[in-house]
Amino acid sequence: MKIDRRLIKNFDWVTFSLIIILAVIGVMTIYSATRPPLPHGTMPSYYMRQLYWVIMSILALLLMISFDYVWLKRVSYVLYGLGMFLLLLVFLLGRTGMGAQRWLNLGIVSFQPSEVFKLFYIITISRYLSELQGKVGLASLLRTFFLFAFIPILMLIKQPDLGTAIILLLVFLSIVIMKGLQRKAAALVVLISLVSVPFLGNILWEGLKDYQRNRLVAFLEPETDPSGIGYHINQSKVAIGSGQVMGKGYLKGTQGPFRFLPEKHTDFIFAVFGEEWGFAGSVVLLFLYLSLILRGLDTASKAKDEFGSLLALGISFMFTIYFCVNVGMTLGIMPVVGVPLPFMSYGGTSLLANFVAAGTLINIRTRRFALFY
Amino acid sequence: MSINVNSSEKILISSYVIIALFFILAIRTWQLQILQGHEYRKLSEENRLRIVRVAAPRGIIFDRNGTPLVKNTPYYFVSISPQNLDRLDISALAELLKIDRVVLLEKIKNRPQQNLYEPIRLKEGLSAKEIALIEARRSEFPSLAVDVDVSRDYLFGNIGAHLIGYLGKPNEFQYSSPDFRDVPSNAFIGQWGVEKLYDRQLRGTSGERIIEMDALGRELRLIKETSPIRGDDVKLAMDIKLQKEAEESFGEKTGALVAMKPDTGEILALVSKPSFDPNLFARGIRQRQWEELNQNKKLPLLNRSLQSQYPPGSTFKIITAIAAMEEGVIDAATKVTCTGEIAYGRWHFGCWQKQGHGTLSLHRALVESCDVYFYELGKRLGIDKIASYARMFGLGRETGLKMVKERSGVIPDTKWKLEKRRQPWYLGETFNASIGQGYVATTPFQIAQMMSIVATGGYIYSPSLLKVDTKPEPLRRLPVRQETFDEVKKALSGVVNENGGTGWAAKSSMVNICGKTGTAQVVGVKKDSKYLAETFRDHAWFVAFAPYEAPKIALSVMVEHGGHGGAAAAPIAKGAIETYMKGQRLENRQTAH
Repeated sequence: MKIDRRLIKNFDWVTFSLIIILAVIGVMTIYSATRPPLPHGTMPSYYMRQLYWVIMSILALLLMISFDYVWLKRVSYVLYGLGMFLLLLVFLLGRTGMGAQRWLNLGIVSFQPSEVFKLFYIITISRYLSELQGKVGLASLLRTFFLFAFIPILMLIKQPDLGTAIILLLVFLSIVIMKGLQRKAAALVVLISLVSVPFLGNILWEGLKDYQRNRLVAFLEPETDPSGIGYHINQSKVAIGSGQVMGKGYLKGTQGPFRFLPEKHTDFIFAVFGEEWGFAGSVVLLFLYLSLILRGLDTASKAKDEFGSLLALGISFMFTIYFCVNVGMTLGIMPVVGVPLPFMSYGGTSLLANFVAAGTLINIRTRRFALFY
Repeated sequence: MSINVNSSEKILISSYVIIALFFILAIRTWQLQILQGHEYRKLSEENRLRIVRVAAPRGIIFDRNGTPLVKNTPYYFVSISPQNLDRLDISALAELLKIDRVVLLEKIKNRPQQNLYEPIRLKEGLSAKEIALIEARRSEFPSLAVDVDVSRDYLFGNIGAHLIGYLGKPNEFQYSSPDFRDVPSNAFIGQWGVEKLYDRQLRGTSGERIIEMDALGRELRLIKETSPIRGDDVKLAMDIKLQKEAEESFGEKTGALVAMKPDTGEILALVSKPSFDPNLFARGIRQRQWEELNQNKKLPLLNRSLQSQYPPGSTFKIITAIAAMEEGVIDAATKVTCTGEIAYGRWHFGCWQKQGHGTLSLHRALVESCDVYFYELGKRLGIDKIASYARMFGLGRETGLKMVKERSGVIPDTKWKLEKRRQPWYLGETFNASIGQGYVATTPFQIAQMMSIVATGGYIYSPSLLKVDTKPEPLRRLPVRQETFDEVKKALSGVVNENGGTGWAAKSSMVNICGKTGTAQVVGVKKDSKYLAETFRDHAWFVAFAPYEAPKIALSVMVEHGGHGGAAAAPIAKGAIETYMKGQRLENRQTAH
C-alpha cells in the first residue's frame, strides 16, 4: 500500500495529539501514584511497562490507519468470531484477578480479551446496521441484539465483568438510536430501559458476587462501611477534594503512594490526578477528553459512508461511557464498577485497544473524502 | 452512500448530551475540590499525619524533709496500630502474647471510638523475656510495637495513701474537659489525694510527635517533635515518719488522725484507716481488686479525716468552755456541783461519772471531763451562742482543702432545727450539744483545726498540704481573750498531766502534751462499751497539742468504735507527737551545727 501525500495532509492530528497527551499524562500519573512513600524506596516499574505499552499502542495505531477502514467492514464477522473465541477462552481457562476472570495468560503478558472484543463488537454492529435500509424496525432490533450483543453480554456478566457488560449494552443502544429507530422499536428500547432497571436489579442482585453487592451497598451508603468498599469511594473523594483549586503539585499527592487509595494506578487514577493538579488540572483533563469525543462525533458526521459514521459514533460513545463511568465512580456519583479510564489507567490491553479504537477514528477522518478511493 | 440530514442532527444532539454529562462531572469536581476542598484537605492530612502526644515525666512528691514518696519507673507495653486489622492473624498473635484469643479480640474490637487511629494496647507490664520474644517475631506482625511508658511507684505503699493519692485514666467527664485536653490518651492523671489536687503541676507539659504514616499504619517519617516538659515536684507539709508512726499505731483499728503545725497551718499527717495500696492503681486497677476495695465493709477508699463526720463528744467541751468564759457566764472560779446527773423536767441527764464529781471549777471540769458542769454552761449560754463559737473555730463548715468532696459536719442551733426538723429547740438538746453529742457532728480534720487554733491562742492559718517555707500571715485572730485561751490550755495540760485527768494515757516524759479526750456515743445506750458489739461501741477521740509552752503540733485522733477516748485514742496521739518532736530535735541539732 502506497502512502498518499494527501493522506498525510488530511491526517487527523487533533485526535492523534489528544490521545498522545492523555497517554503521557497517564504515564506521569502512574509514576506518581506508585512512587514509594519514602525517598529511598524502590520505584515499582508500572510506569515503565505502561510506557512500553504506549509505544506498542502507537505502532498498533499506525498499523490501524495504514489501510482504508472499509476493509474492516469486510472482515468484521471474522473479527467478531475471533473476539468471541477469545472471550470463550477466558471463560474456560482464564486467570482470575480481583475476584473476576478477565485475563488470558499469554506467557509474558496477560491480556484482557474483553478489551479487544469491544472494538470488534462495535465494528460488527456498525456493519450490520449500515447494511439495513431506513430506520431499525422491531424485528431488526431484536435480531441485531440477539445476534451480536446478547451472548457476549451474558458471558461478561458471568465472568463477572459487570462494568464492561453494561458498557457493551449502552454502546449497542446508542448505536441503534443513532441509526434511527422505528416507533415500535423505539418504544421497546425505552420500555426495556425502564423495566430492566428494577428487573435487572433484582436478577443481578441475586447473581452478584459478594464484592459486587458490597460495591452497590457502599455506593448507596458509603459512610456505613469505612473500611470496606465505601472506603475506596471515600478515599477517592478525599484525594480529589484535597487537591482543592490548584492541587498539591505533581509528586506531592499522598493518598496514592501512602496506600490510602486502592487501585490508585488503575481504576482510581483520576483521583490521583485530581489530588495533584486540583480543579484547574481536572477541568483541563475533562476538556481534553471532551475534545477527543466531540472530534469523534465530528468525524462521524463527516464520514464518507454510514458504516464509518456509525463506527465513529460507537467508538466515541464508548469513550464517553468509559470516561463518565470511571470519573463518576472516583467522584462518588457512580457505583464502583471497575472500569479503567481510557488512555490513562495502567493496563496494556486496555491502552492498546483504546489506541486502536482512536486509530479507527483517525482512519475514518483521514479517508473521509470518497473521491480518494 | 451519503449521510442524511437527520443523522447530522442526531449527532449534534448527542454532542449536547455529552457536553451536559461532562458539565455534570465538572460541577461535581468543583463541589469536591472547591466547595468541600478545605474539608477534604484536612481529611487527607489526618489520613497521613498522626499527632502522638507524649506524656511528660511526672513530678515527684516529697515529704517535708525531702524524702521522696513516689518514683517513676519504666514500664513496657505492646500495642498494635489499628489499620488493616482484618489482615491480622489473631490466633498467632494471641499465642505470641499469651493472651486468650477471645480477650484479645475483645480488646481490639472495644477500642475507644474517639481515637480510631491510636494504637491499641494489648498487653502491659512486659518482662524483658516477653519483649525479646515479641521483637523476634516482629516481621510477622509489622503493626505491632513495643513501647515504654512510665509507671508510678508509691514507695511507702499504704502509708499516706489518702494524702498522696493515686493515678487513673481520665473519666468521661475529665475526658471532655478542656483542663485535660493536653493529656495523652493513654496517660493517667491524678485521681485522688495530692496526685489529683496538684495534677496540673505534677503532670507537666506533654510533648508532641507529628508522624507521617501510610495506610498500613507504618511510621514513615517524624515531621515535628516537641519534647515534653517534666512536671514540677511537689514538697508536702507531711512528715512521712510521723505519718508512718501514726498509721502503724492504729494497727487494725479504723479511724483517722490529722496533725497540723499550728503556727503555719501545714498538714503534718493525714491518716485514714484502713488504707489501701495506691500501687494497685498505678497502671490501671483490675476489676476484681476495684470491686474488692469498693465492697470492703471498712471502706478503705473513704478518707475518714474529711469524708466522715462523727459526734465530737467531750472534745467539744473546749468550745463550750471558751464560749462560757467569753460570754461571761462563768469565770475561772465559778463552781458547779456534780451529783452524777442533772434533772430537767422528767428527763435526767447523767454524767459519765455516775457517782458525781462533787463541786468543781472549769479547770477540774475539763480535766475530769465532767458532763454536768458543761450541761450547766450550756444552760447558761443557750445553743445559739455555743453554735456561733463552734463556727468561729471552723466547725460545721468545709475546710476549703478541695482535696476530696468533704463533709461539712453539723453545728446545730435553733434556726438549724427549725429549718431541718421544723421543730423548736429544747433545752435537753442544748445539754447534749454542750458535751458534743446529739446533733453535733464534725470531721477529724475540723477538730484538728480547732485544736490548732487553741494552740496558737486564736490565730487561724489556712490549712496547707504543701510545705510553707516562710511563716505565713494568719488569716485572722479570733476575738477571744488571751486569758481565756490561757485558762483552757492550762486545763488541757491538766487533762494529760494532772491526777484524775482523763488523758493520762498521753502523758509523755519527753514533752508536755495538752489534750482532751472524747467518747462519742454511737447509740444512746448507757452501758459499759466493753460489753457491746463492736459496731455499737463508742467512738474514741483524742485531741492534743504539744508542747504546752510553744505548740509545734496539734492533732486529732479518732478511733471508730474504739471505746473510751482516753484509752483508745490518747496513746496514738502520744506516739505521734513524740515521733514528731524527736524528728524536730534532730532537725534542730542538725541546723545548729
